[in-house]
Amino acid sequence: MGGIPHDHYEPKSGGEKWLHRRLPILGLAYDTLMIPTPKNLNWMWIWGIVLVFTLVMQIATGVVLVMHYTPHIDMAFTSVEHIMRNVNGGWAIRYIHANGASLFFIAVYAHIFRNLYYGSYKAPREVTWLIGVIMLIIMMATVFMGYVLPWGQMSFWGATVITGLFGAIPFVGEPIQTLLLGGPSVDNATLNRFFSLHYLMPFLLLGLTLVHVWAFHTTGNNNPTGVEVRRDSKEIAEKDTLPFWPYFVIKDLFALALIMTIFVAIVGFMPNFLGHPDNYIPANPLVTPAHIVPEWYLLPFYAMLRAITFSISIPFTDVILIDSKFLGVIVMFASLAVLAVVPWTDTSRVRSGRYRPMFKWWFILLVVDFFVLMWAGAMPAEAPIPQISLIGTIYWFGYFLVVLPLLGLFEEPMTPPATIEEDFDAKHPVTSSPAGTAPAE
Amino acid sequence: MTDEGKDKQMKKLLLSALAALTLVSGGAFAAEDESHITDYAFPFEGPFGRYDTAQLQRGLGIYNQVCSSCHGMELVYFRNLTESSGPAMPADMITELASNYYVPDDGLEAALGDERTATLADTFPGSQIAGAPDMSLLAKARAGFHGPYGTGISPLINGIGGPEYIASILTGYTGEEKIEAGVTFYQNTAFPGGWIAMSPPLYGEDIVHADDAPNDLESEAQDIAAFLMWAAEPKLNQRKAFGLTAVLFLGLLTVLLYLTNKKIWYNVKHRDEA
Repeated sequence: MGGIPHDHYEPKSGGEKWLHRRLPILGLAYDTLMIPTPKNLNWMWIWGIVLVFTLVMQIATGVVLVMHYTPHIDMAFTSVEHIMRNVNGGWAIRYIHANGASLFFIAVYAHIFRNLYYGSYKAPREVTWLIGVIMLIIMMATVFMGYVLPWGQMSFWGATVITGLFGAIPFVGEPIQTLLLGGPSVDNATLNRFFSLHYLMPFLLLGLTLVHVWAFHTTGNNNPTGVEVRRDSKEIAEKDTLPFWPYFVIKDLFALALIMTIFVAIVGFMPNFLGHPDNYIPANPLVTPAHIVPEWYLLPFYAMLRAITFSISIPFTDVILIDSKFLGVIVMFASLAVLAVVPWTDTSRVRSGRYRPMFKWWFILLVVDFFVLMWAGAMPAEAPIPQISLIGTIYWFGYFLVVLPLLGLFEEPMTPPATIEEDFDAKHPVTSSPAGTAPAE
Repeated sequence: MTDEGKDKQMKKLLLSALAALTLVSGGAFAAEDESHITDYAFPFEGPFGRYDTAQLQRGLGIYNQVCSSCHGMELVYFRNLTESSGPAMPADMITELASNYYVPDDGLEAALGDERTATLADTFPGSQIAGAPDMSLLAKARAGFHGPYGTGISPLINGIGGPEYIASILTGYTGEEKIEAGVTFYQNTAFPGGWIAMSPPLYGEDIVHADDAPNDLESEAQDIAAFLMWAAEPKLNQRKAFGLTAVLFLGLLTVLLYLTNKKIWYNVKHRDEA
């Protein structure tokens, strides 16, 4: 597996040979675990493991929650409280699952911005990136449907607002909305299909995760220099890489343990901090909450939806081509879809942002933009919030569609190191201490 | 809007933008919320905080004698009141307490609408008045005051949440009343908007505690708020104990993995010329 030359699995014992001829599963495990990995990976390369762990954690806790949850509008809210109060350890499982969604998004956003900075989406890793974009969208659908299941006020009204978006699509919108809801409004049918899909989608994610990993194991990891591993021979490749086990497994596990320490502190000491208090009020179709806000991780995209307060019409006439609501929906979905084009809109010949002096600033601005949009999404839609959101939206699209193509033309990138080994040695120089004494730390 | 008003708005905007950027939590302070919440100190605050059994028992007394005449508590079972991490009341006392409450009769020979006295296996009844919210989860459902619209920044920064809100409501009456469309509203410094439909339920010395604990208005308000926090989060003691154990062990694992990682990489990062 992979284009980087390395040792392959050789069955030794008779049993291994027997199995290997029939199912080379040990070989698959060996090659996956021993895959040559660029030795200069920094701490931003730990989020993949965190994401895999979180997915498994969410599935495991979710499966247990389903054993006690009742997907019916009259019983869903009470059954969640039953989990919190009567099921042994149920409170822990539910709080881990609910906060796990936040951990998932912290990790996925860090992972995505890492890729954007180091140009990991560029050739030959476009397929890995595209699968990732699809996974992000599925993740958002999953988390949204999961949030509906406790059937609190925000569950109900969030579902009403988001499914209403589909109704804004001309001609086909209403049938789509009805299909999503299973009826004219958010009701028991909606809860049931959301429950079903919320259980299905994580397994789609699990499958896509395997393909995602397969794809980057084929191309090899990117690294902070963006320079490819030398593949002339196994000996040369080994100057740039180290096997995944134990070097990166232990490093990733250390980072995971640190993150989980913070995570259990949040679950133990402030489990409701990231949730909306209104979701402890049972859903009531007759009472609309003062402010309907999605969870924090959806806020940037919600802000882009609300940024569109104008319609597109034929100039000097009253003919409206796209009304503001539909335009907002287009913009929101496009804000995710635009990620898919970045491998082709980034025209720079240098991959890593580390060697791109102008790019760095535009990238930092994109991160700031993301947080400004997140903030704007939580605020009520009164002036000047829609204006701020609009500027933020324009930059979000502008970065991918205008800034990146132009930077490739105007920017004078620095010269990256010739090899990964060179980068690693510059950071960890060879010491000339006398033999026998340990080098100073 | 006057220039001064604009300035003020701009300043608030900048401040909230700053808060959002530093907190990364996607929220900011609600600028228009003028209500005042007192930061009462509760024994269950912080990682080491636990419920005070005596306080929960006093709160139960207040709920039983005052609140329950209007507010229900449908998610709390009478048997929960005997739990050691809760009010830890003797079972026979709670059996007697339950017998004062009426719940729908679900017996074989019961007709629709029949009622019977409650037992340890029943929950408290629902609210008696349409406008009175059920109290089971109130302490968690009312944690979103001071905004930003419930994103929870206030509980994080100020360390205040639902119990402080409840206690502040109970002590926040000014004595002013107004009648609008036939409904009497009472001025309250903690309630959003300033006017609440609930008449002042506590005045101080509404109840005499068996242990002669203080029964002034502030003490009563804190006792009932603590009790309602327990009603909303009965597993808080277990949760915090879990948090401490988990942080301790995962912290230890983190240290061990850190050292392992350092050792594994040592020879890769430190090479001699030879």
